[in-house]
Amino acid sequence: MAPAKKRNVCSKTTSANAAKKAKIDPSLQVQQIIDSRKNANDVFDVLDCLQSEKEKEVISAINACCNLFVALLERKDLFIGKLIDEEAMLTGEHNAQDKYSMFMRHRYNDCVETLLEHLVHKSYGVKECALVALMKLAAAEGQYPLEDLDWSEHVSFPRTLILGVVGRLLSKAEDNTMLISRFTEYLEMVDVRYYVMSSVRENVGSVMVKSKGEVIPVYQNNVFTLVSSIIMPSQESELTNFMVKQKDKHSEWKAAKLNEHKRSFERMWLGFLKNKLPSNMYKKILVILHDSILPNMSNPTLMIDFLTAAYDVGGAISLLALNGLFILIHHHNLDYPDFYKKLYNLLEPSVFHVKYRARFFHLANLFLSSTHLPVYLVAAFAKRLARLALTAPPESLLMVLPFIYNLIRRHPSCRVLVHRPTTADESCEDPYLMDEEDPILSHALESSLWEIKTLQSHYHPDVTRVALKINKPLSVPEEDIDELLEITNFELMERDLKATKNVPLEFEPAKKLLQGGGGILATCFWSFSRRSAADAS
Amino acid sequence: MVKPQKKRSLVDKVRKSKTSAEIKNNPFEVKINRKKFEVLGRKSKHDVGLPGVSRSKAINKRKDTLLKEHQNKHKSNKFIDRRFGEYDTNMDPEDKILERFSMERQKQHDKKDMFNLNEEEELTHYGQSLAEMEKFNDLMDSDSEPDEKGLLSAELTRSHFGGGGGLLRKKAGDDKGGAPRAKSRQELIEELIQKSKLQKRERQVQKEETFELTEKLDKDWKSIQTLLANKPSKAERDELQPEKPKVQLDEYDMMVRELGFEMKAAPSEKLKTPEELAREERERLQRLEADRLRRMLGDAVESAPKAPAHLSADDLNDGFILDKDDKKPLSYKDGKWLSGEGEDKGDEGDDEGEDEEGGEEEEEEEEEDEEEDDGEGVAVGDDDEDGDEEEDEEADSHSDLDSEQESGEEAEIMEEEEEEEEAAPGVILTEEELKAQQEAAKSELPYTFTAPENQGEFVALLKGHSPDHQCVILARTQKCNHPSLAVGNKLKLQKLFGFLLEYMGDLACSSPPELGTIDKLIPQLYDMGQMFPDAASKALRSALADASHGMEEDLEGSGRSPFPSLDMLVYLKVVALLFPTSDYRHPVTTPALLFICQSLSKCPVTSLQDVTSGLVLCCLALEYVSLSKRLLPELLNFLCGILHLAVPDKTSTGYSVVPPFKHAGKHSDLLLLSEPQSSATWTNHTLPLALTQHLELTDNLHRDHHRMTCLSTCLDLVKHCCVLYKDSASFTALFQPIHTLLSKHLPLQTHPEVLQELKTEILAAVDGAPRSHNPLVFEKQKPIPLRMFTPKIVEVLDYGKRRGNTKEQKESERTKHKYKKEFKGALREIRKDNRFMAREKLQETMSRDSERKRKVKELYGSLGTQEGEWKALRRRKK
Repeated sequence: MAPAKKRNVCSKTTSANAAKKAKIDPSLQVQQIIDSRKNANDVFDVLDCLQSEKEKEVISAINACCNLFVALLERKDLFIGKLIDEEAMLTGEHNAQDKYSMFMRHRYNDCVETLLEHLVHKSYGVKECALVALMKLAAAEGQYPLEDLDWSEHVSFPRTLILGVVGRLLSKAEDNTMLISRFTEYLEMVDVRYYVMSSVRENVGSVMVKSKGEVIPVYQNNVFTLVSSIIMPSQESELTNFMVKQKDKHSEWKAAKLNEHKRSFERMWLGFLKNKLPSNMYKKILVILHDSILPNMSNPTLMIDFLTAAYDVGGAISLLALNGLFILIHHHNLDYPDFYKKLYNLLEPSVFHVKYRARFFHLANLFLSSTHLPVYLVAAFAKRLARLALTAPPESLLMVLPFIYNLIRRHPSCRVLVHRPTTADESCEDPYLMDEEDPILSHALESSLWEIKTLQSHYHPDVTRVALKINKPLSVPEEDIDELLEITNFELMERDLKATKNVPLEFEPAKKLLQGGGGILATCFWSFSRRSAADAS
Repeated sequence: MVKPQKKRSLVDKVRKSKTSAEIKNNPFEVKINRKKFEVLGRKSKHDVGLPGVSRSKAINKRKDTLLKEHQNKHKSNKFIDRRFGEYDTNMDPEDKILERFSMERQKQHDKKDMFNLNEEEELTHYGQSLAEMEKFNDLMDSDSEPDEKGLLSAELTRSHFGGGGGLLRKKAGDDKGGAPRAKSRQELIEELIQKSKLQKRERQVQKEETFELTEKLDKDWKSIQTLLANKPSKAERDELQPEKPKVQLDEYDMMVRELGFEMKAAPSEKLKTPEELAREERERLQRLEADRLRRMLGDAVESAPKAPAHLSADDLNDGFILDKDDKKPLSYKDGKWLSGEGEDKGDEGDDEGEDEEGGEEEEEEEEEDEEEDDGEGVAVGDDDEDGDEEEDEEADSHSDLDSEQESGEEAEIMEEEEEEEEAAPGVILTEEELKAQQEAAKSELPYTFTAPENQGEFVALLKGHSPDHQCVILARTQKCNHPSLAVGNKLKLQKLFGFLLEYMGDLACSSPPELGTIDKLIPQLYDMGQMFPDAASKALRSALADASHGMEEDLEGSGRSPFPSLDMLVYLKVVALLFPTSDYRHPVTTPALLFICQSLSKCPVTSLQDVTSGLVLCCLALEYVSLSKRLLPELLNFLCGILHLAVPDKTSTGYSVVPPFKHAGKHSDLLLLSEPQSSATWTNHTLPLALTQHLELTDNLHRDHHRMTCLSTCLDLVKHCCVLYKDSASFTALFQPIHTLLSKHLPLQTHPEVLQELKTEILAAVDGAPRSHNPLVFEKQKPIPLRMFTPKIVEVLDYGKRRGNTKEQKESERTKHKYKKEFKGALREIRKDNRFMAREKLQETMSRDSERKRKVKELYGSLGTQEGEWKALRRRKK
């Protein structure tokens, strides 16, 4: 709450400045209202200010309102209990004190209503200010509850207010990333986080029912921003920072229990994920899934549906889903039929070019590290990777060739792929079927890794060096893939640029720009200027 | 037990009384350790032992130390003899006595005699008592002969060297005479001093006189000497020395050197016939090609780093000759102009050239005149300073072709240029037109240029000139700043390379790109590259690094990056021109190839212009590997992707495109013809390089034409690739996507026949490739040689020492051994000590017992006698 307070102090001074220009000074009026009940009707002026066109006025009015109602809440001048209609209040028999408090309670409700509307204001300053004010009011309301606690079982927390705030934050029309990131600091408070999670779940449920499962990118983006910024505590003892202190019943309060938090977190995510998502949203979620979502769920296996669906999507999304699946298989005993077959089919030329290459190969290395895998499977993987290596850039090749070698090292019966002395003299066609989806039927074991032989004449000397290793029996210890995963093209280049030995020169003297190199550039296609082109045509 | 002890002590006594030689010769003392066999070269210390001697020695020692300790065990006080050397066993007793005596004396002297004037001590001279010397006072020591020959009186000698003897004797004499002391000691000494001073003075005067006499004699001699003979005296010669050699040496040395350096009618080298020249050239190329192949295979790159041949000074000269066809006639003036003046004058000339373009001819003549004057001036100056060098130069000028690189002399360069000028016309005569052109160029360009210091100056230098003139300017700038002319020139020219490169980039970037100019400038760039390989590689590498880094940043920022612009394409081509692209690993070409591949695999194709740029890159890539036939996966991917752009049905399967291409998407129809009939009007022509920079195609027809040109280029490249990789083991796998795409999905029905022909050719090439290969096997390893039975002979130089270990191991072993020995020795000693102590203790108790027994016996005895006496007394009483 510290930053909010500070902000408040500053805005007070600004509001004081603004007051000089404005005809009516909201903060002065507020002071009067607080001082004496006679000036109670001035509250209407202040509320009018809230609707003003000018940004500065609005901001000062927001701050003034906030101060006013916080003060009133502290004095318990607002009506506590079930509120009656204003008309009913006028007609009914009430003493002056009650009437005043009811009146003020109604004004309070109006103010909150307006502030919530301001959360979708066009100016960010107003939005931020309204958010801060609302949260302060929420804190105050939590401290001095407006409901009768005597008869209600539940604990005091301004749930409706939070629900309102969350509802406005998750706008369907506007990207609220900035505001949500401002809101994130309130999420550090345990109880706010808990109620926000449940509010998000309610909100998502209702919105998605209305949209009938259609994709609403902006809304879903907002939800994701809010939801992904929730940082879950890892231990019960970390639950200390509360916005509202409960005097009694604290130990029974759900918001104070880690398990409840986890359950709520889980329900929120499941509620969000069960709907159809845009594909880039899939990627974003899958990227953070394994380290910030799965560990905080009370029952991670519930994610299986989502992950299986993602795995079946294909392309980069499948690659990413692999990570979550791995955790489920590894830690939660998930049995996934045809896992390796699907993994095999994930191997496409694009795996060497996508951003998630390192992650994918790291996992693939893990999956294939078992020595209990059948030989045909490993051979199929090795052969397929080798085939794909024909289209890979050098930085990937430097990684995938040792990967293949490691496969062969782990499974000595795969050695026939690089060493088949029995039929050495009989030449044969490559029996491997690239298009076959089932690794059993791909005939990989009957083939040889001619691709690596081809790569021995790769243009990059490092690749050539690595590829040359198949000419001799492989060394026994496995190579460490992890260091090779992150090599980039630029690093390779730097490596070569650094070498400053003597530079051999071309001995054929250059006379023209387009000479040499077999004359491909000169004779076949290119000329200098438009003129010659025009001549030709 | 007492007995043996006694015996031993007796033995000891005997031993002590005998000399060591006696003991050693005594056969009863000696114990011989018999050896079973002799080992050659081993020294044995322990073949003879004297057990008795050593035992008694040990016992004595124990008695001195251990026993004493034991005896003083529980005693609180102790007697310590503080006399000097009392406990020092090493000292002789005589020495001890002497030391003690001298210490005693010293002590006495220090304390008592401090203020004692009447010395009691005996006065000595050279360790002899003066009193004793008195006895033979006239004896002269031959060693103490005085310095002054023949000047010594007996008295002086006595007074000086007799010490106090003389005085004493005198005194004694006086004493004898009984007269009282006449002079005090002080007076005597003063007298002595006076005497000696007087004598000294006398000697000095005599010396001076002698010297004067000699001088006079010399003069006299000189005056008659000339009469005696014409031969110059030694003194005269000495006097004349400083002047003479200048004249004489000069003439003589000149003569000698002239003889030495005189042109001997050496046979000049035979003029080579054209066939010979051609053969030499062929041999040179073959050698270079072999070298290139070696680098391509990459096996010996590290093992034999060789300096580039062009770096030799001869090749610097080649640099001149290379552009002889158009620059020779000019070089004459350049050289001449420059040789006289240097840079400042060069600037002047520059200005003049600009000012008076009309009267250029006259100007030239003037310049020449000036030039000659200057040259003479220089020569004269040289004459004045140093005649020798002048000679050298003359000698050089006869054979300057061989030795020009050795001399930094400007005049020499000038001559060199002259020579070249003489040779040049013969070469050029054939090209009359070119010469005419040069004449024209000559008429308007200045002859010297200062090397530009920055890019701005460089651009200003070349701006506004035609490409040919720019070449000439560059050539002249190079020549004016040839590294052999001044120290800083090398650096200037190295910078010039960078400027030229940048200038080319600018030209390529300008619109329209001035590729013609670039083309003209290439030979200049090549020459400079040959001259300064390091500077060239540095400049190009930094260009590559910048471009690559820029692309990386773009990719990280926005995820997409534009294709490299035309200047980068030109740079890449320049790299291929200046450096061998076929090397296994090359500091410039390898990164360049990496950059090309990076561009081909990372830059998304979004427009026809991108297609064009990409195709240029493909061409470049193909050129790079045309000799080495290396595999370029990115190239095939890109070509496949380009073909995919022309496929009408994007849902087709059977092949997959690799990023940056997408199977279907916004820009995946770039090469689809918009109007099929446009193919009728299309003719195949070469694409202008400039299109990579600006591609404005207004109407559909032109666009379609461009598409078809691109497609034909692409197909042509695929064909080239087929040829290039046809020997590859996985040829079919490499070309499978392209094959599928061409055969199934790219009909080309509406396209011109040329394209269809290309397509069928490619398909035939792919189908015709051999599909079967031998399975892979490891390389046959060299069989491990069988174990041989001939003994392994190792030369052993140090017998008896442990071998086969490292120094540390040996050291630790030695230490361990030593420790063990010491430990055992210590144990043994302790045991012996214990035994000794036990013996001593036993002896002690026994002696105590016997003493007691004796006393008891005595008592008994006395008692007995008492008793006896008493009994006797009683008996007597009875």
